[in-house]
Amino acid sequence: MQMTKIVRTTADLFYPFCLTFGLYVVLHGHLSPGGGFQGGAVMATGIALLLVSRHYADITRYIRKNAMSLCEAVGLLMFIVLGLSGLVLGGSFLQNHLAGSGSWLFGSTVGPGPDPGTLATSGTVALLNLAVGIEVFGGLSIILLYMLSGLEEDTP
Amino acid sequence: MRPALFSAILLVLFGSLLYMATGLHFGHPAATEMDDYFIQNGQEQTATNNIVTSIVFDFRGFDTLGEATVLFTAVLGVGMMFRKLHSGEEYAND
Repeated sequence: MQMTKIVRTTADLFYPFCLTFGLYVVLHGHLSPGGGFQGGAVMATGIALLLVSRHYADITRYIRKNAMSLCEAVGLLMFIVLGLSGLVLGGSFLQNHLAGSGSWLFGSTVGPGPDPGTLATSGTVALLNLAVGIEVFGGLSIILLYMLSGLEEDTP
Repeated sequence: MRPALFSAILLVLFGSLLYMATGLHFGHPAATEMDDYFIQNGQEQTATNNIVTSIVFDFRGFDTLGEATVLFTAVLGVGMMFRKLHSGEEYAND
């Protein structure tokens, strides 16, 4: 199943912007509306564009089920490891031990009141956003891949 | 059952639900201590400007772990449903 040249060209042009915008939403989750779940869904939309516009056999040479499955497992494990790091370093599970600590890893302090904010704030919140973003990206992409592979078996 | 009677019962049920909903006080919670605490101290304690994200990923982080697990389980279910059959294996209901 391959769509027309117009659809293929549009998808090829559009999917890098889709992935970039999704990564922006994930990384700015602690400053702007959005976050891990929403940004991961936007990134998976970029993959979906490629999947529907081309042959299943062509596209699975670049986007593999194993890689997406690995993304999902790594995202969930990263979340749990960050929670356990809060247990070891901060005293309780998912304790935000990096917030305002002054470390180079998202450790800047934030004063009270409205301000535009900088990227290097919020401690583990940004890292948890990234973990959830990776997981949602892998999870939604592999759901689409599974469904397309089921479709491909019926239509020779 | 006749369609007119069915529609009448549905209309009465829907109307009574809407009437009960008008009696609720949306936007006026009975206890506001926790909301006020989050709004007053959330930004400084979590060093996060987006207060919604600070609640979802910090104050209520364990719930978010549950949400991530739900997605993982959903993907597992889809994978089991769309898996490749082994040679000689058939769908049970065919």
